Amino acid sequence: MDLVYLTFILILSIFLGFELIQKVPATLHTPLMSGANAISGITLVGALAGAGSDGSALTVLLGTMAVAFATINVVGGYLVTDRMLAMFKKKNVNK
Amino acid sequence: MQTTLLINLSYTVAAVLFIFGLKLLGSPATARRGNTISALGMLLAVVITLLDQAIVDYRWILLGMVIGTAVGAFTARMVAMTAMPEMVALFNGFGGIASLMVGWVALAQPGLTTFLLLTIFLSILIGGVTFTGSLVAWGKLSEKLPGRPILFHGQRLVNGALLLANFACGAMFIFNPEQGLWLYLAVVLSATLGVMTVIPIGGADMPVIISLLNSYSGLAACAAGFAINNNILIVAGSLVGASGIILTNIMCKAMNRTLGNVLFSGFGAVDESGGKIEGEVTALSAEDAYYVLEAAQSVVVIPGYGMAVAQAQHVVKELQELLEKNGCEVAYAIHPVAGRMPGHMNVLLAEADVPYDLLLEMDDINPRMETFDVAIVIGANDVVNPAARETPGSPIYGMPIINADYARSVFVLKRSMASGFAGLDNPLFYRKNTRMIFGDAKETLSRLVREFST
Repeated sequence: MDLVYLTFILILSIFLGFELIQKVPATLHTPLMSGANAISGITLVGALAGAGSDGSALTVLLGTMAVAFATINVVGGYLVTDRMLAMFKKKNVNK
Repeated sequence: MQTTLLINLSYTVAAVLFIFGLKLLGSPATARRGNTISALGMLLAVVITLLDQAIVDYRWILLGMVIGTAVGAFTARMVAMTAMPEMVALFNGFGGIASLMVGWVALAQPGLTTFLLLTIFLSILIGGVTFTGSLVAWGKLSEKLPGRPILFHGQRLVNGALLLANFACGAMFIFNPEQGLWLYLAVVLSATLGVMTVIPIGGADMPVIISLLNSYSGLAACAAGFAINNNILIVAGSLVGASGIILTNIMCKAMNRTLGNVLFSGFGAVDESGGKIEGEVTALSAEDAYYVLEAAQSVVVIPGYGMAVAQAQHVVKELQELLEKNGCEVAYAIHPVAGRMPGHMNVLLAEADVPYDLLLEMDDINPRMETFDVAIVIGANDVVNPAARETPGSPIYGMPIINADYARSVFVLKRSMASGFAGLDNPLFYRKNTRMIFGDAKETLSRLVREFST
């Protein structure tokens, strides 16, 4: 049952993703990419369970490394996207 | 049970925040808010996960997070806008390796079914390919590796065999999960596949491959989501996967190539049957160019990767202001694949304070190209090459281009007569209405600015 339910979510999210991204103008493609990149750091949520478990040393080691890599992805991705988007200005604003 | 319910409800909220965030990215006016909302979703998902009862020890989590935050924040603050493509490539890779490790850790859970093993294998495969592929892309973009395609005889055969070996190894792993050998082999094979996939890709095709790797990093998270039975990973991962695929598709269309062609055929086999280019190259000094620009009513600037290399975006903006003060209309024409990643030019010009409503897309500018007095091409080559329109034998024939040659006069700012990344000669340089202004783009533009100021 889990399998069907998760696949269901997968298919719907893919269609939703297509609809959402299609509307993003070319001007914003770089921030879109780095923002999406930050979202893919969601794997951090999965890594936490490994790093915080009382499992084997290998599990904890892999989990901790995964936490570090995914956090770089999340923190760096969101910050750099924000930095970029702060620069986008419309013409009449500065006059 | 209560915590599980709370966690899953919060994941739903996080998913909604991601979706709203992406929706707001649809317009430059709301994009920044969208990014913040998406970040809030992430924060919520991470904080609520820490309540999970399976987590008994927070020391290692803290360590990983402190390291990750420090590195991530530092890089995000310090990176130059011109270096954005390599940073995104590197971050894609980090996402990939994290998903690989999450898949690996999932092996330790009790009650592994065949399906779970399959998803674990997929997270390792996609994660591994994303990681090493991104590292190679990063190396090429930052010029630590040669940007030219690396090709050898029988490459396709080797890559095909590698892919088969990967799947065979996957099958062995799924049916013999207790043997560590297959797991390690899967890691090594997927890492090798990542390297082999990206080395034949040339510098000019980087916008495609970086979008594709972006998509893979999402799919890897998605596979890891299946492996640990976590729906927020699946939702977020597939949103990213879809976004990357769309960008890949837009980039391929803008080059009139299929994804298969980009991945497998190492662009650059130049067909010389297109015939000789007629005409002569006419050079012009910056001083003479100034007189033309002073009299111009409308100017369109067409930037390319050369503008990024020369760091010329700020002086372009200075010139734009002087021209506007002189009563001239200035617009920018941006080709979808100008630069090394989708939207690269827009970010550089935004950095120089050029308002985004002056940046026009190819399809908006082409119909009115004839009305422009001057087109200034800065460090762009293939995206303004009329051979794409006129020479059926040319490798870029059929690629949509910005029709710079239709403007009344064309100034091409170029270091020398060397050809573009595609290694093609450009008939635009030989046109009657084209003037070449040789030299460093930034230097030439500064001289134009000085002429205007005196």
